[in-house]
Amino acid sequence: MESKQVAVDNGVNIEALLGAREALSETPQAARFKWRATSEWLNGTHSRSVIDSFFGLGEEQRHRKEFRFDADHPEVFASEDNGPTPVEYVLVGLAGCLTAGIAAVAQNRNIQLRAVRATLEAGMDIQGILGIDGDVRNGFDGIRVHYEIDADASREDIAALVAQSQKRSAVFDIITNPTDVTVTVG
Amino acid sequence: MRRMSVAPAGTVDVVVIGAGHSGLAMSYCLSRRAIEHVVLERGEVANAWRTERWDSLRLLTPNWMNRLPGKVYRGDDPDGYAGVDEVVGFIAAYAAANGMPVRTHTRVLRVSSCGNGYRVVTDRGAWRCRAVVIASGACNVASVPSLSAQLPATVQQVTARDYRRPGDLPEGGVLVVGASATGVQLADEIRLSGRPVTLAVGEHVRMPRLYRGRDIQWWMLASGLLDEGPAEVDDAERVRRLPSPQLIGTAERATLDLNTLRARGVELVGRLAGVRDGQAQFSGSLRNVCALADLKMQRLLASFDRWADANGIAAESPAPVVPTAVAASPLLLLDFRRRAVRTVVWATGYRPDYSWLDLPVLDRKGRLQHTGGVLDMPGLYALGLPFLRRRKSTFLHGAEDDARDLACHLACYLDHTARRVSGMAN
Repeated sequence: MESKQVAVDNGVNIEALLGAREALSETPQAARFKWRATSEWLNGTHSRSVIDSFFGLGEEQRHRKEFRFDADHPEVFASEDNGPTPVEYVLVGLAGCLTAGIAAVAQNRNIQLRAVRATLEAGMDIQGILGIDGDVRNGFDGIRVHYEIDADASREDIAALVAQSQKRSAVFDIITNPTDVTVTVG
Repeated sequence: MRRMSVAPAGTVDVVVIGAGHSGLAMSYCLSRRAIEHVVLERGEVANAWRTERWDSLRLLTPNWMNRLPGKVYRGDDPDGYAGVDEVVGFIAAYAAANGMPVRTHTRVLRVSSCGNGYRVVTDRGAWRCRAVVIASGACNVASVPSLSAQLPATVQQVTARDYRRPGDLPEGGVLVVGASATGVQLADEIRLSGRPVTLAVGEHVRMPRLYRGRDIQWWMLASGLLDEGPAEVDDAERVRRLPSPQLIGTAERATLDLNTLRARGVELVGRLAGVRDGQAQFSGSLRNVCALADLKMQRLLASFDRWADANGIAAESPAPVVPTAVAASPLLLLDFRRRAVRTVVWATGYRPDYSWLDLPVLDRKGRLQHTGGVLDMPGLYALGLPFLRRRKSTFLHGAEDDARDLACHLACYLDHTARRVSGMAN
C-alpha cells in the first residue's frame, strides 16, 4: 500500500472528537445535552427565534455569539416573506447536519474534501395544512437530498461517506423517526 | 445476599456452566489436561437447540466446517447445512463419545465468591470450585423493544425464540421486526405460507450464499476473516453488536436477501420506530440502511477478490452485485386493524441472562466485562459470546480455538494458585 504523506485537513478536529467519544463513554451522564431556542411573534406569520445557550458536558454553555433567525411565509401565502418558511429551516437543519457529518467522517477516514454541495428538495401537498383533505399529511411527503462531492476518494468511498453520515446524523434521525413532542401553555 | 442453605453437591476444580457446544468444547480441553471438572446443564445437552429453535432452522455454516475439539464432520453431505436434529445429534454424540461429566437437569441458581474460589448453587446442591467457565450462551432471552407494550391487544406477539412454524400463527398479516438471518428466514417461510408479510428492516448484514462458486463461509474462513480478533478491529463493540448475516442453509444453496424477499411479495419497511394510535411507525431510513449494507457487502467481496488474487486462488469470475431495490415510497405507517395484521414476530436479537451471577463482573448495560473471555475475577471465564476472541467465537466451529486458549489460561491459573495456596484445593 502506498503511504500518503500529505495530511488530510477538512478543518475537523478529529482528535478532539475521538477524545470526547472516549471520555463520554466513561462518563455517559456528561453526554446528555439540551438544545434550546426562544421565539417571539413579530407580526402576521413573521416570528424571530434566538439561539443562545445550551446545556452539555454537565454545565451551561453559550454559543460564541447570539444567533437570530427570522421565519415567515412567502408572498404566495399572502405573507411578507421576511424570512424562510419554517419547513425550509428543516432543510437547513438536515443539510447542516449531513454535511458536517460528511466532513467529520471524511477526516476520520483520511479523505480530503475539495467541494461538497448539497441540493435539497422536499415535496409537500398544502391541502394538508389548509385542512382541505384529511388524508393528506401536513408535513413533507418526502425529502430528496443530492450531493455533489469532489474528494480524493473512489465513488464507493464517497457513497460510503454519505451513507455513514446519514447513519450518525441527529437531524436525519429526528426527521425519519417519530419524536415525542410536548407543548405547554403558561 | 443471604447465603442459600443448599446441600453440598461436591467440590471440584472447575465448574462449567452450560452443556452446549462451547461448554462441551471446554470440557474436552479440560479433560485433555486432566483437570477435574463438572458441566452443569439446566436441561439436556444442547438444550437451547432442543427447545428454543424454530423447526426449519439450519446452521448458517456448511457441514464441512462443523467441528469441535477432537471431532470433525464425517457425514456424506459436506456442502449441506445441518438442521436442528442434526445439530443436537452432533453435540449429544460428542458429549457421549467423550464420557463428559455433564450433570443434566441441574439449573444454576447463583454463583458467588467463596474464599479463593466460587460457590455454585444449583437446584441439585451447591458446588465449591476454584474456577468457573460461563458457557451458558449468548441467546438466553429474546430482546424485545419496550414499544412492544404499546401494540394493540388484538395483535399476537411472538419472539423468534418461541416461534416454531408458520401454521402456529393466526391467519392474516404478519409484521416481522428485524432483518438478521432470523428475520429474513422467518419472513420468507411465513410469506410462503400465504400470509401477507411486512418486514421492518434496520441495519443489517447482507451476504450472498455463494460467491464465485464457493460458500461465503468458505471465503470468510479461508481468508482468515473469521480468525480476526478484537484487537485487530477499530471498534470491537460495534462488531459484537452486528446482527447475524442474511443467510439461510438450503439444499439449493440459495441466497436470501431483501431483493429475494421483495420478489416473493414481502413488503420492506424501515426500522420499527414507534407505535401510536394502533399504528406502527417505520423509520424513513430504509434506503440508507440498504445502501450501507450494499456498500459493506461490496467491500467484503472486494477484500475476498484481493485475497484470492494475492494467493493464487482459482474461483469463478465475480458476478456484479445487484443493489437492494427499495420501493419509491416505502410504507411509513401500518394500521394493524385496517391491514389485518394479526401477528408481530420479534426477530430483534437475544441477550444472555446473568440474573444468577452474584459477582461484580457486569458493566452498566449488564454485559459481561472480559478480555477475550478472561474476566476480572481470578479463575472466572466466559465462552461462546459474540466476538469473544475471534469473529467465529459464537459459531459451532469457533468454540474450539477459544476453548483451547481459555483452558490453557485456566490451567496456568490452577497451577499457580495450587502452588501458592497449598491445601486449598479439594
